[in-house]
Amino acid sequence: MIEHFPVLIIAVGLLGAFFTPIIGLIRKELCSPWASLITLLQFLISIFLLYQVLAAGNISYWLGGWQPPWGIEYAIDILNAFVLVLVAGVCFSVSIYAKKSLGFEVPGKELPLYTLYILLSTGMLGIVVTGDIFNLYVFLEIGSLAAYALIAVGDRQSLMASFNYMIMGTISASFILLGIGYLYVMTGTLNMADLSERLPELYGRPVILVALALLVVGLSIKTALFPLHTWLPDAYTHAPSAVSAMLAGTFTKVGIYALIRVMFTVISPEYVIETVPVMNILSWVAAAGIVAGSVLAIAQYDIKRMLAYSSVSQIGYIILGVSMANKLAMTGGILHILSHSLMKGGAFLAVGVLQNSFGSRDLIALRGAGRKVPLVGVSFGVFVLGLAGVPLTAGFLSKLLIVTGSVQGGVYGVFLAVALIANSVLSLAYYVPAMNRIVFAEGAHPARRVPWTMQGPIVALAVATVLFGVFPELPLQVVGAASDALAGFLGGG
Amino acid sequence: MIQDIIFAKYNYIIYITLMTIGFYGMIGKRNLIKKLIGMSIFQYSIFLFYISAADVSGGTAPILLKEPAVYVNPLPHVLILTAIVVAVSTLAVGLSLAIRIHREFGTLDEDKIIELS
Amino acid sequence: MKPEPETNDIILRTGASIMVPLILLWGLYVLIHGALGPGGGFQAGVILAAGFILYTAAFGLGETKKILTMKRVLLLASTGLLIYAGVGVLAIIFGGSFLEYGVLPLGHSPAESSKYGIEMVEVGIGLTVMAIMVSIFYDIAFNGE
Repeated sequence: MIEHFPVLIIAVGLLGAFFTPIIGLIRKELCSPWASLITLLQFLISIFLLYQVLAAGNISYWLGGWQPPWGIEYAIDILNAFVLVLVAGVCFSVSIYAKKSLGFEVPGKELPLYTLYILLSTGMLGIVVTGDIFNLYVFLEIGSLAAYALIAVGDRQSLMASFNYMIMGTISASFILLGIGYLYVMTGTLNMADLSERLPELYGRPVILVALALLVVGLSIKTALFPLHTWLPDAYTHAPSAVSAMLAGTFTKVGIYALIRVMFTVISPEYVIETVPVMNILSWVAAAGIVAGSVLAIAQYDIKRMLAYSSVSQIGYIILGVSMANKLAMTGGILHILSHSLMKGGAFLAVGVLQNSFGSRDLIALRGAGRKVPLVGVSFGVFVLGLAGVPLTAGFLSKLLIVTGSVQGGVYGVFLAVALIANSVLSLAYYVPAMNRIVFAEGAHPARRVPWTMQGPIVALAVATVLFGVFPELPLQVVGAASDALAGFLGGG
Repeated sequence: MIQDIIFAKYNYIIYITLMTIGFYGMIGKRNLIKKLIGMSIFQYSIFLFYISAADVSGGTAPILLKEPAVYVNPLPHVLILTAIVVAVSTLAVGLSLAIRIHREFGTLDEDKIIELS
Repeated sequence: MKPEPETNDIILRTGASIMVPLILLWGLYVLIHGALGPGGGFQAGVILAAGFILYTAAFGLGETKKILTMKRVLLLASTGLLIYAGVGVLAIIFGGSFLEYGVLPLGHSPAESSKYGIEMVEVGIGLTVMAIMVSIFYDIAFNGE
């Protein structure tokens, strides 16, 4: 049973998702605990997988007993297991929060919503677990379809936001499919490890270049990298708050994980750094995204929209860290995946509480709202401080590593590091007023009582943020090992 | 030389033409249903590419016969089966969204919807 | 709201009463012969759903709702996927990997168990696809009544 855990994490999700209608037809109130149970099981299995990979090395599971490269293989190494634990953990916390939150915002539709929730979680976990590149496309589409439907149950403008997201998501998935097709036609295999063995002799051909371009562009749309991010603000703003939190915390990170996999495992690092300077281009684009996201966030009065533009900026940080091609920056980038998930997910959850209790998302109307719900207000302050990169929170170490790593990257690396630090200062211009208005100002507000199930996950995520900030050795071990495995031969240290 | 490229690889030219038509439909048209039709054409053109790339000249259908024969490559067929299911599901989600948008806003024209919201 | 599209067209009603049983039978044929010819789970599910949609178009929604209420449709969808994941987990219980049909005790040799395992999985997929297509039709055409 233990060795079947890589596939059980998906099978449990699928079985759970299709049991939900049966349970919902019996009693509607049981849907939410069932969703929490399934995501809890996935979280426990993912923790166990991380432990096993740290102890025993990479895991490889053959689906159907067929040997790879003929069969589908689930391959888990440290990076996989780390992202698995992160995604499953955020999904579980948000599912506890979603019980009351979805009940306030979208009453009466529990049955389809929780089915879609479990399917979204399963789809994202499937992207992380799989070692076969077409399986990645299938799970990507499962997750995306669930996301389109979940976003569309928000307020009136969420319908158009979801439609635009669907058009862009389909373009990106089709580009990914086309890139996979070109790679398959050239090599004849779909397994990621096998592709990495067969591709090096084909590197001179333009087909591989086109395939890489298609895959990178397709995955960049999913990750909301700077010029291709236009679906993100609308989708995050108008979705229900639990859905915003889950998408912000996990969906884009899984896209970044897939980008790392394609660029470093399938197509080896020499190609993307030396032969075709994809990493170079990505680092400039990411730097542009960092600045653009911050500039656009300053002008927003709607908190969720401000957080969405801030997400665009932070994703730029992660891609900058990953694409600087030395170990220090990559460690910082992957660590920032963890810290940004926790902080942004928690921030959206806190904003959801504020929206439900006070009925508005406007920064002006929410003046002093944090004082009426003290735990949530303090947690929101912690998240915002972490996003700005203040020491003792989880955001500080990852940003420091990215800046240090990019300084080591040559002359233009220093220029990028200056842009990063300038952006940190710029971002205070929108984080500090938000925090000030919500946490520290005075104001009279009617407050609806906030249920414990909504406050619990927010406080837990805030505690985790501070914990990873004060004791950074815990995730740093895992992330350091992951970036060693990915790019160990690159310079820097 | 040029004839070689055009006549030997005509499947690529066809699929790229279809893809461009679908892409234009998705972006250039204002009506939501036309956008969805463009999306469908875009996705189906990619399936045509896969299946046309799977053809082995002189091959027969990939069902085992008694005597040895040359078969067409069956793996892309299976992959495209999955991808067709995905495309149909996406179209279903898109159509449901279009119906709800029509119920909420009363129109299916993208510019008018942006004005109204 | 919109009236039910019940039609008095004699051609449609006569044609449907002849064709619907044949369509359903052909759907089952495509389901089972998926290994030897074009066909399989998904295609069969769509054909079966098309049969029910033709029945609805000819005789009205009320008649079809007597057979396939929304509850039964949801149950069919869940049952189909339960069969699929169930065969997979059954293979794990009997000692193989997920969906390794060879270890199931369904036939005399691993190849035969593989054949029966694949057919069961196809039945599951066909049921789910049929139920989902019918429910999509209900939602889009009749606003989910």
